[in-house]
Amino acid sequence: MTTTPTESPEAATPPPGSGPAAKTAKAAKVPRGHRRLLTRRDRLTLGLMAGLPTILHVALVWVTAFASIALAFTTWDGIGFDSIKWVGFDNFKELFTNNPQFWPAVEHNIIWFVALILIPTPLGLFLAVQLDKQIRFSRVYQTAFFLPVVMSLAVIGFVWQLIYNPDTGLINSLIGANEPGHYIDWIGDPDLNLWAILIAASWRHAGYMMILYLAGLKGVDPSLREASALDGANEWQTFKNVIFPTLRPTNTVVLVVTIIEALRAFDLVFVFNKGAEGTELLSILVTNNIIGESSRIGYGSAIAVVLLVISLVVIIPYLIATFRKERRA
Amino acid sequence: MHLTPSGLAVPGPSRRTLLRGVGGAAALGAGVPLLSACGGSGSSAGDSKTVTLGSNASDAVPKKAFAEIYAAFKKQSGITVDVNTKDHNTFQEQINTYLQGTPDDVFHWFAGYRMQFFAEKGLANPIDDVWDKIGGNFPEAMKKLSQGADGKFYFVPLYTYPWALFYRKSVFAEKGYEVPTTWDQLIALCKQMEKDKLVPIAFGDKDAWPAMGTFDQLNFRTNGYDFHVELMAGKASWTDAKVRKVFDLWAELLPYHQEGAVGRTWQDAAQTLASKKAGMYLLGTFVGQQFTNKDDLDDLDFFAFPEIDPAYGQDTVEAPTDGFMMSKSPKNKAGAVKLMEFLGTPEAEQIYLKADPNVVAASTKADISSYTPMQKKAYEMISGAKTLTQFMDRDSRPDFTSTVMQPALQKFIRDPKGIDSLLSSIERQKKTIFAS
Repeated sequence: MTTTPTESPEAATPPPGSGPAAKTAKAAKVPRGHRRLLTRRDRLTLGLMAGLPTILHVALVWVTAFASIALAFTTWDGIGFDSIKWVGFDNFKELFTNNPQFWPAVEHNIIWFVALILIPTPLGLFLAVQLDKQIRFSRVYQTAFFLPVVMSLAVIGFVWQLIYNPDTGLINSLIGANEPGHYIDWIGDPDLNLWAILIAASWRHAGYMMILYLAGLKGVDPSLREASALDGANEWQTFKNVIFPTLRPTNTVVLVVTIIEALRAFDLVFVFNKGAEGTELLSILVTNNIIGESSRIGYGSAIAVVLLVISLVVIIPYLIATFRKERRA
Repeated sequence: MHLTPSGLAVPGPSRRTLLRGVGGAAALGAGVPLLSACGGSGSSAGDSKTVTLGSNASDAVPKKAFAEIYAAFKKQSGITVDVNTKDHNTFQEQINTYLQGTPDDVFHWFAGYRMQFFAEKGLANPIDDVWDKIGGNFPEAMKKLSQGADGKFYFVPLYTYPWALFYRKSVFAEKGYEVPTTWDQLIALCKQMEKDKLVPIAFGDKDAWPAMGTFDQLNFRTNGYDFHVELMAGKASWTDAKVRKVFDLWAELLPYHQEGAVGRTWQDAAQTLASKKAGMYLLGTFVGQQFTNKDDLDDLDFFAFPEIDPAYGQDTVEAPTDGFMMSKSPKNKAGAVKLMEFLGTPEAEQIYLKADPNVVAASTKADISSYTPMQKKAYEMISGAKTLTQFMDRDSRPDFTSTVMQPALQKFIRDPKGIDSLLSSIERQKKTIFAS
């Protein structure tokens, strides 16, 4: 949808001399030459094509974002606009000093990101390198590893619940930890539950990373491998010094995707234990405060603003770096 | 994408048809919220022969039971009830927006504070005229539950169910246990059960609300109904020594609860009672839903939470009550009043109870001859109660209970030692929430 309107203006106004086929077609259809390239109808079409997405974008992204920032400085129960009360920084003060779940949530979001970068990402790269070697049944393995990414996170949460359930779950049944006195509470114990969920999240993330790296590896020029083989480099040296450096664009994508995954982590945890102690996340705090009957819309918006600020802190340096590179190019 | 120069006719979708598609999709996108806002009520606006009703009864059994009530109402009055059913949890979560939009004439809701909140916000219609007719059908406690803070009636109760300690008669008979009536007896029984290799009290708090039920019982047994209401309304302090005492008692009882409660659903906990691995379970009568075997269900029994302070005895019963309210500006008010009057009759309640044997009628006039022994007991317990509470999340502000109390109680269950800092944290958060 979004590519359609941005690309069509170029399509509609071909530069003069853009190929003989285009020229003859234009000559046949528009006899007045290039005095009026666009009919009124075309302009209307273009206006709509550029206008509609702009309106949608402004309404759905900017207006809502600014409304949410404004609401963060108010208290509102969601009933009638006249019940919105301006409270300044009270929501943030309350959040930073009184909310016992807030700092753990920030911490868990960070742990989430670090864990995703440290475990499933290298694992995904490893799998991709193995699958890139044209081994037999490569397609089968690819499908198997990628399947968790295709499944809905809610389903994944449900499946892992069956594994972690303290009474009837797979793990506790296998190791006999479902008897009184031996309980291992994977879901409720705050020392364990975050890691239990992270295993589930990593399991999914590794497949995602594998596909990204596999695509990157397919783009590596085979002559590079040949050259390094001729120079006598072994497999590890080839990978470290030749292949991995050429994967730089893929690494950037992987980094951004992982940051996004860490910040928007929600569904898996919500299905798993609704963000009980040990697994609090900012996204879940926002939901708990805004959605549902609680309707602390001002307070929830304040948490959302914190999440927004964290996202900006991460994304802005990346954007600056990207634009600088483009300008240099 | 068809990258063709302007005006060139190409087979397949052209830019313009594509645009038309985009426009159509946008129009559709704009139309969807409108459509859903009208949902169920738009078709019958102003029709005096139809009353619209917003229902949260999305489960098959209650849905069918309600449909039978409305069929009976149609037979009696000739008015059709146009039901707009939503998923139970979704209904609850969207209630704010639902009531501010174009709500149905009559809607399902809960008694107590949660009803009073919407009454106070002007989102519900007072129905004193309905109560003039149906008042005689209900006991005093139910009348109190149906009134807003302004003393007007806003609610028609349909059914109710008690919270109590459930046990299996066969287990108690086999081991020679007696039903405890005091705190000391309860502790002694727990100790005995532990010796007999039973989990004394089954417990699952993964959903975060069951622990609130335990707190309610301990609090009104220890400090009485009046203090409980004050505490729930945000007036009494959570750092009060009285509250501290409740948590001390709870900490004494907690070691006899099933381990790993925060990771267990109430359904799994109920299974431990059903499989005779646990001795008791504190829950509402809906625990019976988990007893799918008829013999097991017949073996299930319950008793009121034991007395803690003799001054309050066992005179308070936690009995969440479900029923109906009228929205602020019903399209067919006369019809809605008639429907509410019908819903307040024993007939309507009996139709419902036939389908759901885990609850009892809110009216004292309902015929109890067809009740199961458990329903009879529940009925006696509720009608004999001096005061009725609803449940923590129905008696207090839902934002306070869901964002503060649920995580706090889960924390306490896991680590009962940090109670003082937990209580002062609750009190601080309570002040901000109740001040807004």
